[in-house]
Amino acid sequence: MNQFNYFKNKLNRLAQKDIFWAWIFILPALLGTLIFIVFPILASFIISLTQWNLISAPKFAGLNNYIELLTSNEFYFVLFNTFYYAITTTVLGIIFPLFLAVLLNKNIKGGNIFKTSYFIPFITPLIVAAIAWEWIFDPNTGILKWIFFNTRIEWLYDKNIAMLAIIIVSVWKNLGYNLVILLAGLQSISPGINEASKIDGAWGIKNFVYITLPLLTPSIFFVLVMTTILSFHVFDLIYLMTQGGPENSTMILVYWLYKNAFEYFKVGKASAIAYILFIILFVITFAQWKFRKKWVLNE
Amino acid sequence: MEIQKKMGIERVKITAGYFILALGAFSMLFPFVWMLLTSFMTQEQIFSYPPVLLPEPFIVDNYKNIFEKIPIVKYFFNSTVVSVFTTLGQVIVSSMAAYAFARLEFKYRELIFFVFLATIMVPPQVNIIPLFFLMREFYWIDTFYALIVPGLFGGFGVFLLRQWFKSLPKSLDEAAKIDGCNPLQTYWYIIMPVSLPGIATLAIFTFVSSWNSFMWPLIVTNSDLMRTLPVGIAVFKGSFRETTEWGQLMACAVISVIPVIFVFLLGQKYFIKGIMMGSAKE
Repeated sequence: MNQFNYFKNKLNRLAQKDIFWAWIFILPALLGTLIFIVFPILASFIISLTQWNLISAPKFAGLNNYIELLTSNEFYFVLFNTFYYAITTTVLGIIFPLFLAVLLNKNIKGGNIFKTSYFIPFITPLIVAAIAWEWIFDPNTGILKWIFFNTRIEWLYDKNIAMLAIIIVSVWKNLGYNLVILLAGLQSISPGINEASKIDGAWGIKNFVYITLPLLTPSIFFVLVMTTILSFHVFDLIYLMTQGGPENSTMILVYWLYKNAFEYFKVGKASAIAYILFIILFVITFAQWKFRKKWVLNE
Repeated sequence: MEIQKKMGIERVKITAGYFILALGAFSMLFPFVWMLLTSFMTQEQIFSYPPVLLPEPFIVDNYKNIFEKIPIVKYFFNSTVVSVFTTLGQVIVSSMAAYAFARLEFKYRELIFFVFLATIMVPPQVNIIPLFFLMREFYWIDTFYALIVPGLFGGFGVFLLRQWFKSLPKSLDEAAKIDGCNPLQTYWYIIMPVSLPGIATLAIFTFVSSWNSFMWPLIVTNSDLMRTLPVGIAVFKGSFRETTEWGQLMACAVISVIPVIFVFLLGQKYFIKGIMMGSAKE
């Protein structure tokens, strides 16, 4: 009984302290994160050092998977596609929303209706976008053929155009997200600054380039970092619209990873691809972070 | 004269702006309108060229057919269960951790929070392979557990709500403490109710991304009856050999887009606020 009271007192005293509660509060999130995120990330690296076909036991292979990848032409081909897709989507995915955000910022009537309509593609499942666009792209009866004066374009079946088609859908889908962020950035610029520059004779384009754009650089920086990262993650679109084809022209890293892991059962190689992707993203994000001082305001 | 000229130019500019914005909005929405209209057309009309805009005759057979051909009701049910439970779980788990990080003092707080933050930066594809094997070890493949449990965790929710909780006045906690609340009671009766907008933001975000999620459900489901809407429709789309039944695919697309648009219109304000909060983290 005495001992029971002793523990009860101890527990009571513990309950007075933040640390006791803090651990209760973070335990579910921490355990889940360790089991379902941190552990798989580490395991992924270990798997990337093995040869494993899912049937026999994994064999340790050192850096062989990485060496094999870095010396194969296919890897550089996929890497090129990935960068081509990522850079184009990022550039277009910033220019279009920026242009529209500037127009929307003019306090026009019905601004909210526009904002909502630009945003709807962003929240729809990609399967929906893929179905709708595949039909729009259809080379025989698609509406794009009709819009382009009956010109037959094999949007998804021509190896020179397929990637462009994917990029169009991707820019269309994500435009609303960047638009909202850039618009918020524009709205935080005080109207007085624009008025002052107008009095100084800076109108139109000049005002935009010398006054608005520099003040907007923090928002542009955020949009740049986010869009770059997300554009390296693209999977659904490729899986649903081209399956990496035609002639591998839309084969990008994540889809290649998926194929290696779940279709060719080269799990070690797939994990190595995952880690290379991780390293590439890390380097790019780090570089963007470093260079921000050169062009982002107040950094 | 000069002023009139300037005003004239301004008016032209505004009209041009409107025109471009309207053109933009049209190209954003057109695929949806087209999809909706096509879902009510006959196969014959769908394949006619030049394209016809309005369904004539207006038929609902495409919808009838998909209900007979594929278990779309089950897909819809699966997607709903997964999204609702992921959202509930994510809100509870994240808000608890966020409360500790924002309002309680403890050792290694910054370090542990950094671990959460770091997980945001790692691409999800890096851990997808080991996660798949983990699911296999747990015998969770093809069950709701695999579809829901890994989705409950992640740094984003913790980060978002921590920002929110930090903005609340410290006196709230102190008042609660004087009234004899322990931290659990403070969290549940004081902090959570005043943070509803922040929680709504996270909830809508989680719901939409869970409803739209594709790669993970594709990998961890095998049987037709466990598939979520996007995966089920993708498989249905891949099953056509000679001619694709576009009308039926469009009908599937319409059905799967309705809930997200509904949730979005309901909580649009919070959704946009959440995006802006995410962008203002520096």
